[in-house]
Amino acid sequence: MIRVQALEKSYKDLKVLRGVDFEVARGSIFALLGSNGAGKTTVVRILSTLLTADAGSAGVNGFDVAAQAARVRESISLTGQFAAVDEILTGRENLVLVARLRHLKDPRKIADDLLDRFSLTDAGGRKVATYSGGMRRRLDIAMSLIGDPPVIFLDEPTTGLDPEARIEVWQAVRELAARGTTVLLTTQYLDEAEHLADRIAILHEGRIIVNGTLAELKQLLPPAKVEYVEKQPTLEDVFLTLVGKDKR
Amino acid sequence: MTRHFFGDTGTLLGRSLRHITRSMDTIITTTVMPIMFMLLFVYVFGGAIQSGSDSYVTYLLPGILLITVASGISYTAYRLFLDMQSGIFERFQSMPIARSAVLWAHVLTSLVANLISLVVVVVVALIMGFRSSAGIGAWLGVAGLVMLFTLALTWLAVIPGLTAKTIDGASAFSYPLVFLPFLSSAFVPTDTMPGPVRAFAENQPVTSIVNTIRDLFAQQPVGGEVWVAVAWCAGLLVVAYAFAMTTYRRRIS
Ligand SMILES: Nc1ncnc2c1ncn2[C@@H]1O[C@H](COP(=O)(O)OP(=O)(O)OP(=O)(O)O)[C@@H](O)[C@H]1O
Ligand SMILES: [Mg+2]
Repeated sequence: MIRVQALEKSYKDLKVLRGVDFEVARGSIFALLGSNGAGKTTVVRILSTLLTADAGSAGVNGFDVAAQAARVRESISLTGQFAAVDEILTGRENLVLVARLRHLKDPRKIADDLLDRFSLTDAGGRKVATYSGGMRRRLDIAMSLIGDPPVIFLDEPTTGLDPEARIEVWQAVRELAARGTTVLLTTQYLDEAEHLADRIAILHEGRIIVNGTLAELKQLLPPAKVEYVEKQPTLEDVFLTLVGKDKR
Repeated sequence: MTRHFFGDTGTLLGRSLRHITRSMDTIITTTVMPIMFMLLFVYVFGGAIQSGSDSYVTYLLPGILLITVASGISYTAYRLFLDMQSGIFERFQSMPIARSAVLWAHVLTSLVANLISLVVVVVVALIMGFRSSAGIGAWLGVAGLVMLFTLALTWLAVIPGLTAKTIDGASAFSYPLVFLPFLSSAFVPTDTMPGPVRAFAENQPVTSIVNTIRDLFAQQPVGGEVWVAVAWCAGLLVVAYAFAMTTYRRRIS
């Protein structure tokens, strides 16, 4: 469903991606992990046709992001790292706007349903400028679900959310995948990847250094030593060992 | 893709018009400077200026209208800049919409916003004693020329809107445009100016536009100057549009 091959991208002298390869199966949740500045957002921007790669290829839903950008845009929805909402419009107006731009029937009903689903009904008539960070993020994600695109990109969807809102978002992501939507998400929270993702890849120094299921990733470390207490390595241990940082 | 161009532009136009109606203060702000100039020149300098016309405010209004537009379009750059900053621009660009619809919506919004400001300024001028015997045809001529001028300057404003790094940068480009009418026939007849200044004043776009509007208001035959005015506006429009579109394509690729 998503296929990335030998992707390279530099900003002037800074080589951010040095040959990134991965695939995401239809209806699965794929988590891309990486430290700050690893290039996660860059990958997402290339896949959503906002940025062109220097080399390599990427396909989404069978369309090439460079040659068939318009078809890719019909297949995707993007929730960027920073909430992309219109501050001056109300929450409901934001949703109606996106539904109209996706040329859907009955934008008002779509808006009301989503407000309800993301517990924003009471705030729906208020200007987004008055929303809290978490409400803004929920609205942002709700806007991305409009039109049921087959592929959704979520760039750090739960950064800045409280635990409850985080669980709401996780729930929404699981529902999406259950309905056959393919989800690519990036995250800083390792437990998020651990709980949510079918496959996890770690982007480090411009390449994918590991890519597998949680169980596969855990096997990369020496088996749990039996001391007084058996302690399975957490994903955090795996991550920190692979990117070469000491455990805090 | 382009199939939805008109629908998408309409939807996005509705969005920016909401922005305008919810921040009417921005429109009022853009009229403050031209109205201050009008008050200053009519009531302070006006008595000493030999404009060769009975009513100085009537003489002055065409230039004031152009200053209104020049200060109004900086808000187009500002609004576009805010969209680029807030990420909503990228959201639109990642959606299956006609891509140039995003720009056209801002441009059409600019026409509407400037029209409102121009009406406010004309009403103030009427209160200050502006009178015109112009009929509906001449008024339409004035409106057409000023809107063409607005369209050309708006496309010019799109360029800093897309490229500016700071909010101030996005709107500062309009200062020289606001100043241009001072070096024209807008405030005083050009034949009182020293040689090089006069040469500049008589051959820059504002003078031909101002003179044409003045003739239309006075019910005089407009003569060949109207074509000079239209040619300046059309030429500027074509060049600004081409540059804006190139900048835009570079920004979204
Ligand atoms: N437009 C740009 N111009 C120059 N450098 C850029 C640009 N965008 C990103 N970079 C650089 O590219 C690198 C990767 O950035 P990117 O945003 O893809 O990282 P990220 O993995 O999403 O990081 P974070 O976790 O902080 O969001 C960073 O070093 C960043 O400074
Ligand atoms: Mg990022």
